[in-house]
Amino acid sequence: MELVEVKKLQVELDAFAGRDVYLHLETTNGSYATHFNEGFFNAGAFIRNVVINYELGKVVGDSPHRVGLKLPHGWVYAQGITHYELDDQGRLLLAGHDGTGKLAVALQISETPFSY
Amino acid sequence: MTIPQERHVLVVFPHPDDEAFGVSGTITTHIKQGNPVTYACLTLGEMGRNLGNPPFATRESLPVIRKKELQASADAMGLTDLRMMGLRDKTIEFEDDEKMVGLMTDLIEELNPSKIVTFYPDFAVHPDHEATARAVVRAVRRMKDRPTLHCVAFANNTLEMLGQPDVVYDIREVRDQKMNSMKAHISQTAWMLEEMEHKLQQGDTETENWLTKERFYNYRWNEDFEKSF
Repeated sequence: MELVEVKKLQVELDAFAGRDVYLHLETTNGSYATHFNEGFFNAGAFIRNVVINYELGKVVGDSPHRVGLKLPHGWVYAQGITHYELDDQGRLLLAGHDGTGKLAVALQISETPFSY
Repeated sequence: MTIPQERHVLVVFPHPDDEAFGVSGTITTHIKQGNPVTYACLTLGEMGRNLGNPPFATRESLPVIRKKELQASADAMGLTDLRMMGLRDKTIEFEDDEKMVGLMTDLIEELNPSKIVTFYPDFAVHPDHEATARAVVRAVRRMKDRPTLHCVAFANNTLEMLGQPDVVYDIREVRDQKMNSMKAHISQTAWMLEEMEHKLQQGDTETENWLTKERFYNYRWNEDFEKSF
C-alpha cells in the first residue's frame, strides 16, 4: 500500500463509479480494547460483499482522509484513510493505519466478490 | 507438574497464534512423548489489526501470510495434524450455535481424544475465544465419557473468580520450541516479542514464567457456565 495522494486516488475512485461493485467496509478498535482499558467503549462495524453502485466517489481532506460514495438512495463513507492500493486483482483497497501500525478502518471495492 | 501421557490431544482455538503463547509448550511436550496432537484452528485471523505502518499487508493479503505463519508454528512444535476449519475471524459467535457444536462433535468422534484444550467460557476475553469455548464445552457436555477438558483463562477477573490455575505444567525443556512457535507468528507478535525480550533482559520473573510454565483450569462441570443448551 502507499500513502494516499488525493489526485491519484480520485482517478481510481472515478473508475469504479457507475458500476456494480462489491463493498468491504470496516471500522475497529480491536477485540482487546476493553481488556486493556476497562472503561473503553468498544464500537465498530463490518460489512463485506454487499453490492453497491455509486454515482460519485470523492476523497477529501488532508491525511487522514475522508472518502465518501454517493449512492442513488444513500451514502457510504469512511474517515481515517491513510493508505491505498489497486491490488493485483484490480481491487481498490483503502485503509487507515494508526501510528502503531494497526488498522483502524478499511474501505474496499471490487468488481468480483471478496473471499468469504 | 509433569505432563501426563494422553491417548490423543485435541486443541481447539479460533486464531493462528492463540496456541503459541498459552499452550505451545504443552503441545510440544505431548508430541515429544509420542502422544498424537490435533490442532483445529477455526479461522485464519483474517481480521488481524497488525498490518504495519507503512503497511506490510492488506486486509485481503493478511490471511495468506497468517496461514503460512500457522504452518510454521505447527512445524516449530512438531505438530503434523493441523486442521484449518475455514471460518472467518470475528464471526464465530454469529454462526448457528448448534452447527458449532456439531463441528466440535465431529472432531471429537473422529479423534476420540483423552484430553481437549481450549479457552475457559466467560474468561476468554475475545468474542471468538468465548464462542469457541462454548462450542467445545457444549459438545463435551453431551458425551457419556468425558475427556479431560483443560481451559485457558486470561480475563482480568480470572484470579478473583476462578482462583489459581489447578494445572501448571513445567515446560522449560521445550522453551526453544515455544519461543519458535511465538516467533512463527511474527506479523502479529513482533511488538509483543520485542517487549518480552526487553523484560527478560531486565530479569522480569513474570515474563520468564511465560517460557517456563503453562497454566490451565480443569473445566468445572459443577459450576457449568450455562444451565442448559
